[in-house]
Amino acid sequence: MTTVSSPNATTRRRPFQKNRPFQKNRPSNGKRPFNWRRATARILLGLAIAVSVLPFYWVLRTALSTNGSLAANSASLLPADFNLGAFERVFGLQSASDAIAEGGSGASINFWQYLLNSLLFSSITTAGAVFFSSMAAYAFARLRWKGRDGVFSLFLGTMLVPPIFTALPNFLLIKNFGLLNTMLGLVLPYLFMTPFAIFFMRQFFLNMSREVEEAAMLDGAKHFRIFFQIVMPNAAAPIATLALLTFMGQWNEYFWPLLVGSSEESRVLTVGLGVFKSQSPQGAPDWSGLMAATLVSAIPVLILFAIFGKKIINSIGFNGTK
Amino acid sequence: MTTLTKQPDSGLSTVGGSRKSRKRGKSGAGFRAMGDLKIALFFIAPAMIGFVLFYVVPTIRGIYLSFTEYSILGDPEWIGIKNYEQIAKDPLFWNALGVTLEYVVINIVLQTALALGLALLMHRVAKSTLVRGALLLPYLMANVIAALLWFWMLDYQIGIVNQLIEWFGLPRVAFFGSEEWAIPTQALINTWRHMGYTALLIFAGLQAIPASVYEAASIDGSKAASTFWRITLPLLRPVLVLVLVVTVIGSFQVFDTVAVTTQGGPVNATRVLQYYIYQRAFAQQDFGYGSALAVILFLILAIVAFIQMKFLRGSQSDLD
Repeated sequence: MTTVSSPNATTRRRPFQKNRPFQKNRPSNGKRPFNWRRATARILLGLAIAVSVLPFYWVLRTALSTNGSLAANSASLLPADFNLGAFERVFGLQSASDAIAEGGSGASINFWQYLLNSLLFSSITTAGAVFFSSMAAYAFARLRWKGRDGVFSLFLGTMLVPPIFTALPNFLLIKNFGLLNTMLGLVLPYLFMTPFAIFFMRQFFLNMSREVEEAAMLDGAKHFRIFFQIVMPNAAAPIATLALLTFMGQWNEYFWPLLVGSSEESRVLTVGLGVFKSQSPQGAPDWSGLMAATLVSAIPVLILFAIFGKKIINSIGFNGTK
Repeated sequence: MTTLTKQPDSGLSTVGGSRKSRKRGKSGAGFRAMGDLKIALFFIAPAMIGFVLFYVVPTIRGIYLSFTEYSILGDPEWIGIKNYEQIAKDPLFWNALGVTLEYVVINIVLQTALALGLALLMHRVAKSTLVRGALLLPYLMANVIAALLWFWMLDYQIGIVNQLIEWFGLPRVAFFGSEEWAIPTQALINTWRHMGYTALLIFAGLQAIPASVYEAASIDGSKAASTFWRITLPLLRPVLVLVLVVTVIGSFQVFDTVAVTTQGGPVNATRVLQYYIYQRAFAQQDFGYGSALAVILFLILAIVAFIQMKFLRGSQSDLD
């Protein structure tokens, strides 16, 4: 009964052999000189992939190390002195004295709160912007009214205005509203629309078949019903893509939250990371803590990418002309 | 961009137009005569509020503030073009402009060249989603994350990159600490983050070139190199122009990575335009001056976009 493992091993190896690309492509009589080029191309591409992906491993490896042993093992591929202290520090599970002993600043950084703030900020703005932009896009694509194309160009033109330019007056406006350092103040400028979202949805509505709408129209359905019961459900796929792109963009936003959200209730992760970095104790920075925090901030986007990778990748190259 | 204006007309005048006019005749409802204006107003109302409140008004207010002296506390005081006169004599502004230009140029050259190379490689040997996903990963990360990640990897003392450099027998590099390296380092971080994304954009353009073009070229005996220079590159022009516009406009607004790592330093080496605006407006509470600087940045970007679209004919494809 102990020899059962050997047939298993052979069956497991077979699919692996089948997938080897070189075996498949190589003609039986010998190598063509062309293969050298392909090999070089593969190596270069592999190098680019390594440069893109390996830094994330290095972040993980550092986050799982202790500050004390990082200097002595600065090039070891595995975590130096494997330890979860850095993550405990980030989530405030470590006492201040322990944190200082491990090279942290000892100051409390409320990452759970920042994580929640980031989630709130990104989801609220995404929901608002996608919904209201879809409504506007419908009016730009399907309804007939005077000045429509002019207004649309105006909306589109705002894509060219650099965010810093509107950020200063918007900061003053939010301040006048008394909304500095509140979630509402943080969310408001993104809530009603983004030029890209309108552009994106309008492009989809223009290419959508009109037949179902026409039929509903003849049955006497009003635009409201058509939009909410026919158009929106049919647009589920592009709406999902747009929501995904918007959410990730908002998650990574830094400048506006830096200006407006510096209280505990309104500080998002990106801003929190900056604060964490500047709080580093004098002398040696808390590298493992910083990398643990960085990784935690990246995880939601990594999860979204793992689930919706294909959707995100296929959305690139979208410029509305196809 | 040409297709943008073409499509709505064709869509409306063929199917929608005729149907609607037929229906209008039947029902004869009064407000139909002015089109769907009332319904349209309902549909664009929320977006319009956002547009006016957070785009139109701030644009006007920003231009107005640039002619004032304003420190948030009091009221803005009209001072004419004094801010602009001061900017013309401001060595920190000219330094910021120079430093930003250096950053932009390194980004354009490095990013476009690398991305083009990568796109060609992908086109040749690997089109799988996994490869594209791996290359896209850095782009999905926040600037802040990219900055911190490289701040650690490029650390002078125990960063892995300096370890590797030393193994090759070269002297360590103070990537963030030396004036000559600070801006190239910022540009490298940005290139790392955008390289894969830009490559995918170009890759999409490559796939739009029909195979028949290449077949014709190879029948005519065109060598690989000359096919690239005479066929691939010219046909990629619209995509390349788009990439250039996006890269240049984005690079001019560099802020996040600088704010997190070097904060303008060492000395003034990374005090880029947007960081300088931020410092003047928020650290020194000089909103008038900050707004004037922002107006100048806006003008620069508008000119750059105009030149690129006009002279590189970015919106026209040679494939049509």
